[in-house]
Amino acid sequence: MQAVTQGTIEFLKLYWAPLLCGVVIVAFLPLIVGYVVLVERKLMADMQARLGPMRVGPHGLLQPIADAVKLLIKEDIIPEDADKLVFWLAPVLSVGAALLSLAGIAIGPAFQIAKDINIGILFVVGVSAMGIFGIVLGGWASNSHYSLMGALRSAAQLVSYETAAGMALVSGLLFAGTLNITSIVEAQRQQGIWFGLLAPVAFFTYLVASIAETNRAPFDLPEAESELVAGYMTEFSGFRWSLYFLAEYTNMIVVASVATTLFLGGWLRPFPRTQWLNFLDFLPPLLMVAIGLYCLVRVPKQPARVQQFFMVAVAGLCFFLALVLAVPVLVPVVNPSLAAGVKPLYEGIHGSFWFLFKVSAYLYFFMWLRFTLPRYRFDQLMRLGWHFLIPLSIINVLVIGIAMIVGTYLHLEGWWLLLATLPASIIALLIALFILAAEQKSGQQQAGGAASDSYAG
Amino acid sequence: MLDKVIFYFFAGIAVASAVLTVTRRNAVHSAIFLITALLATAGIFLQLRAEFLFIVQIILYVGGIMVLFVFVIMLVNLDVAVRQIQFARQKWVALVISLALAAQVGLMFWSSGRMPGQGLPVLAAAPADKLPPNSEEVAKSLFSSYLLPFEIASVLLLVAMVGAVVMAKKRT
Repeated sequence: MQAVTQGTIEFLKLYWAPLLCGVVIVAFLPLIVGYVVLVERKLMADMQARLGPMRVGPHGLLQPIADAVKLLIKEDIIPEDADKLVFWLAPVLSVGAALLSLAGIAIGPAFQIAKDINIGILFVVGVSAMGIFGIVLGGWASNSHYSLMGALRSAAQLVSYETAAGMALVSGLLFAGTLNITSIVEAQRQQGIWFGLLAPVAFFTYLVASIAETNRAPFDLPEAESELVAGYMTEFSGFRWSLYFLAEYTNMIVVASVATTLFLGGWLRPFPRTQWLNFLDFLPPLLMVAIGLYCLVRVPKQPARVQQFFMVAVAGLCFFLALVLAVPVLVPVVNPSLAAGVKPLYEGIHGSFWFLFKVSAYLYFFMWLRFTLPRYRFDQLMRLGWHFLIPLSIINVLVIGIAMIVGTYLHLEGWWLLLATLPASIIALLIALFILAAEQKSGQQQAGGAASDSYAG
Repeated sequence: MLDKVIFYFFAGIAVASAVLTVTRRNAVHSAIFLITALLATAGIFLQLRAEFLFIVQIILYVGGIMVLFVFVIMLVNLDVAVRQIQFARQKWVALVISLALAAQVGLMFWSSGRMPGQGLPVLAAAPADKLPPNSEEVAKSLFSSYLLPFEIASVLLLVAMVGAVVMAKKRT
């Protein structure tokens, strides 16, 4: 009898727990994406000295739900001459690939749907890259010139920047020595330093390439509204359009998670092995308390009764989160004998906090760039990719490899490895800049300043 | 049982979409079915616990080569291609040849079941410790036992790449 229950539990754990997690993620992701969009609009408003959405709910907090309802009840238009089946398939492909790649991401040591896959990070990168078919096929199926242009640009852009992104990942993976996501983070815990600090050039390359891959400004050429209406999304409306939107933001979360895992220490707090910095564990609950207090202070300033109530509710939520975050760090202080018992709790709760915090910071950086930099021209984009980022990332892999050999000979570990990798990174950067300068010089000689571009779409 | 179901599921998809790849008139539809066939093959790799092959198949073939395929197809004027007759009229010759090939393959399968030592070799299952750290094992064999073929292949690819650049470059 007991064996049977054991077997059932084992079976449920193997097949139903991941399924349940998947359903939860798929159900909640649109909501999260909606709020990411709200944050983006609020940030844009802030940087442009406006207020942004304010009408729906206090400070526009219910705007995403209103938007979702609007998109769902909009008329669904399929152009007369469109390839109906492909038109139907394309947005689904985009969203499907983006959601599937989320399965490989670990939010904390225990929170991962596809646990401990050997090819971890390659799975995430490879599957999320399949979303490009949604864009390309959607642009083609619309049977419209703007859409096709957007699709072609998108394909060219992705193929160009994927090489650079892949090579940047290789530089980071050299330190980890594994593709498994959990092991990558564990390697960073053991060495006590984020790989982003050890390989800053690789991190930078991945950052730029990931912006280009997710079609975000300043590289949002596939949907450049001043030239192409909306690029590949021109003919899509209502729910199909929102699927593309969902895919784009999910992809942003995915690349942010990959960068966080490999370059920013995943779910580890900053300086995970430095004992005297242990007070950093108290930072998350204190932060939550501070946000909650700020909300309470703002309550009297709200114009309507409902809004005041809502503010108090948000403050209450913050205090609750603070409590949840405080328990695992306060229990060992009060009663040291329980320290081992709350360890998994600490890892889970604080791990998720730091992971989501880093992902949010990365997304914030994306948005910041979007509101700061003007859009690139397509030939500039291609030149940046092929003439600078790809040579840079390949040279970086080489010099990082050499630096690691030097480090092994000199027995450098952790922070001391910086002695070898920092000069190597600088050398890589210098060589790449030199190549770029030589390239520009020869280009100017050949075409008299106006270098021809064969990629312009 | 479950293993067989999964295998026939992927194999069926692969074969069906391979046939559709050839028979579709629209080149983009062909490309979509080719992608499906490649993905189904990747699924079979995954079932064989060759995780690394699975993801390489997806990253290289689906995410790289097929994107370029689709890219090129879209640059070509499709309307003309759809109206043209796609196949050379050699149906009967082709039928005879493919039937002969099918008979050959069928004989091989049949004989491997009937006569031991004939037909398809029966491979022993891989030792369990060789499978789990899949990418590590692939890397080890690639850089130790098969270093020379690996290097030759990479030099060959480099030559092809340089050749393509030289041919594509504008003559001044």
